[in-house]
Amino acid sequence: MSHLILFLIFAALCVGGAINLLVQRHPINSALSLVLVTGSLALIYLLLGAEFVAAIQIIIYAGAVMVLFIFVIMLLNAGAEEETKGSRVAILLGVPGLILGLSTATWVLATRYPGPGSVIIGQLHGTAPGMGRLLFRDFLLPFEVTSVLILIAIMGAVVLARRGSD
Amino acid sequence: MVPISYYLVLSAILFACGVAGFLIKRNIITIFMSIELMLNAVNLTFVTFAAQWQALSGYIFVFFVMVVAAAEAAVGFAIIIAVFRTRETLNVDRVNLLKL
Amino acid sequence: MTLNLWLIPVLPAAGAAINGFFGRRFSNKMVSAVALASTAASFAWALLAAIRLLGMPADQLPYIERIGVWLRSGDFVVEYGFYLDHLSMIMMLVVTGVGFLIHVYSVGYMGHEGGYYRFFSYLNLFMFFMLTLVLADNYLLMFVGWEGVGLASYLLIGFFFLRDSAANAGKKAFIANRVGDFGFLIALFLLVKHFGTLQYTDIFHKVAEFSPGIESGAGLLTAIALLMLVGATGKSAQIPLYVWLPDAMEGPTPVSALIHAATMVTAGVYMIARSNAIFSRSTTALAVVAIIGCLTSFFAATIGITQTDIKRVLAYSTVSQLGYMFLACGVAAYSAGIFHLMTHAFFKALLFLGAGSAIHAVGGEQDMRKMGGLKKYAPYTFWTMLIATCAIAGIPGLSGFFSKDEILWQAFSSPHGHWAFWLLGITTAFMTSFYMFRLLFMTFFNEYRGPVAAQHTSHEAQPHAATASAEHAGHTHAVPPQAPPTNAHDHGGHGEPHESPWAMVVPLVLLAVLSVIGGYVGVPKALHGGNHIEHFLAPVMPTITAEAAGTAHGGAHPEQEQSQAAEDSSLELTLTGVSVAVAFAGLGLAWLLYVKRRDLPAKIANSLGGLYTAVLNKYYVDEIYGAAIIGPLIAFSTRVLWRGIDATLIDGSVNSGAQGVREIGDSLRHQQSGNIRSYAGWVTAGAALVILYMVWMGTR
Repeated sequence: MSHLILFLIFAALCVGGAINLLVQRHPINSALSLVLVTGSLALIYLLLGAEFVAAIQIIIYAGAVMVLFIFVIMLLNAGAEEETKGSRVAILLGVPGLILGLSTATWVLATRYPGPGSVIIGQLHGTAPGMGRLLFRDFLLPFEVTSVLILIAIMGAVVLARRGSD
Repeated sequence: MVPISYYLVLSAILFACGVAGFLIKRNIITIFMSIELMLNAVNLTFVTFAAQWQALSGYIFVFFVMVVAAAEAAVGFAIIIAVFRTRETLNVDRVNLLKL
Repeated sequence: MTLNLWLIPVLPAAGAAINGFFGRRFSNKMVSAVALASTAASFAWALLAAIRLLGMPADQLPYIERIGVWLRSGDFVVEYGFYLDHLSMIMMLVVTGVGFLIHVYSVGYMGHEGGYYRFFSYLNLFMFFMLTLVLADNYLLMFVGWEGVGLASYLLIGFFFLRDSAANAGKKAFIANRVGDFGFLIALFLLVKHFGTLQYTDIFHKVAEFSPGIESGAGLLTAIALLMLVGATGKSAQIPLYVWLPDAMEGPTPVSALIHAATMVTAGVYMIARSNAIFSRSTTALAVVAIIGCLTSFFAATIGITQTDIKRVLAYSTVSQLGYMFLACGVAAYSAGIFHLMTHAFFKALLFLGAGSAIHAVGGEQDMRKMGGLKKYAPYTFWTMLIATCAIAGIPGLSGFFSKDEILWQAFSSPHGHWAFWLLGITTAFMTSFYMFRLLFMTFFNEYRGPVAAQHTSHEAQPHAATASAEHAGHTHAVPPQAPPTNAHDHGGHGEPHESPWAMVVPLVLLAVLSVIGGYVGVPKALHGGNHIEHFLAPVMPTITAEAAGTAHGGAHPEQEQSQAAEDSSLELTLTGVSVAVAFAGLGLAWLLYVKRRDLPAKIANSLGGLYTAVLNKYYVDEIYGAAIIGPLIAFSTRVLWRGIDATLIDGSVNSGAQGVREIGDSLRHQQSGNIRSYAGWVTAGAALVILYMVWMGTR
């Protein structure tokens, strides 16, 4: 019972943050909502017993990526959104598509997974040693490739963001 | 005992919010944030299933998703800054020079 | 030992090619030398081949020479083959001989025309095709020659192509021929389908398995024969496809002589004679042939009485005489038809060449009302024309008498004949004699009625009567030598009419000699002759008496036969006497109306009123054809086929296809709006569809 309540609290935080992200006009507010969402998600991961993932969620997502977001917002001095004419297509196609997707997913999840899955909160599962074994043994190649990917991303970012003409 | 489907429904809702933001918002950075929200929702799904089936590879995938999201964020911001320099605006509706 | 028959058509073809490709740079002398040499060589070789053929024993006939395979499709084979028997020998000699004489004549006649080399090239081309036609050993090669002579005729009729009337006449000839050729082609298809071959000897053997006369109603052989007849009516200008021949007089006179008198128009008769095995086995077809021939000869003769253009009279006379030949074939007297073909070639060519000489004499005028009294100006022309006119009228002793009489006798007495044929034939003979002597008297007797232009400069001032297209055009002497052909015949400054040059007179004399002696190969038994030509052609076409004797009497009853023969002979003499009387009656009437009392014709014409006008206008047949067939055809082609189907349907569908693609492209273009949010919308919709699909797959 307490597990359910905990879950519901964090879930409510997540959803609330997400909706706030949509509602807010100024991007900095949206960014801060997103920080809230990522943080709540980290807590939910802990509830599911994935301590490693929760940790890296906080470190990378909430800690690095979101901070990068805020840096950029501040750098570009983005103001509140102004009203411009939107795209009819986006509304006409996108919203029905969204609703379609959402309802399908919900239906599937609700009817197809009634089943025995339930989680015992706090049962730790994804601990660091196990993860380490996987990362550096079975998934070594993808691991190294991602490091190359990050290198490329850094180089790309530097090149793209340079001031032109020199 | 929290049924698995609750987590999955939560993930679906977060994903839907991300898509909605992607469609509705006008600021490039906000759209970007919606994308990150979607990625997070997907991460939740992976972790949920990994926990259900006790498969550690789910967590590995989450790891990689995060890495890629970070790289993507870096490059994406570089592009946004480049666009901002030339177009002086962050309004996505103003960046429409590629129309036919 | 091979006769190398292929040389006979190929030599003129070589002449045509040389003159056609290089003649532009040759002098007139060179062009005529090439043309005359090739034709003379062909004639000489033909003569040689004929002599050798006569020396061959009878079982080696027909002599067939095969050069190679043309086409092969399963069991059906067609080869390039040449076939020489007595029939094609006669045809070959007539074509090359008369053709050569006309070439000589043309050297003089066309000497001042532009396009000299073109003329001789076409003339040689015609010889090539005509010889292919008569020497072919299968129907397909004959058809090649058949079509080819139609082409040559078109080219030569429209020789003065700058004149609209000439170009239209050429087209008319070609199209009328084509209509006939369609029938002929279907006959060929039937032959291939039922006999599997087009080679003469194969077909005639297979047809011989049917006994004679077995098909009196409809049947395969009747169908084939009637379709061949359609082709023959087109080529030989019978009803209903004769309409092109009078208009064909637009061509130069040597062309009219060669093609439209002596050779091309006889191709139909030759074809029927060659196919006698098929025709004889279908009494219906024979009857149709005879009726068409008889009616045509009568009909054309009536029109010939009223015409005033000298060449038109001769054209209708040709149609009428061809009718006689068809009548002969229609009563299964094929050898009589071929006999008349031969004599007709001589005297008709002579008539046309003489007419050309007369036209030359008066400087280009073709209306007989403006000629006259040429007897003293052009004596050679006069005497040769006199001989030819007597021949065609059937004056005894000349060739036409024997051949025409043979036809009339067979029309009466043959098992397929009928007294009505004889009656119409004799009436036509009367009219023939009348209008031919009318032509002679109007042209050569009395006084000259044409204008006499005194000065060289007054060509344009000469009144040109615009009767059906005389050979005039605008002209000054400044026309450059290679200019397209106008007609340089009205060198108006000659003043008086004059005789033609030697190149034109010598062929006239030669043809006159042939017109006289050519008949003696066919003197009938009744006149104590041997009827050589009928026996000569007997291997090719079984004589009727032999057939009649075989079927009717069944056995040999010498006495009965002899008395029968005597009875026949006296009847024949009686009928011959009637036709002689008729010929002289025509002569007398013409003398009366055109020499003695020259006011009578106008009075008679006036009193006949409408009938006369109708006959003068050729019974309005051309107008009827125009309104009934050609008009609707052109209207249909324009409105339905062109505007309806081609422009609207075909062009429309192709264009609308292109238009549709363009419109789709246009509408798809709007998707690239440059608006990022619309892209977002599309992406979301697509993603939703994919998710839906995967869910559906997963839940199946």
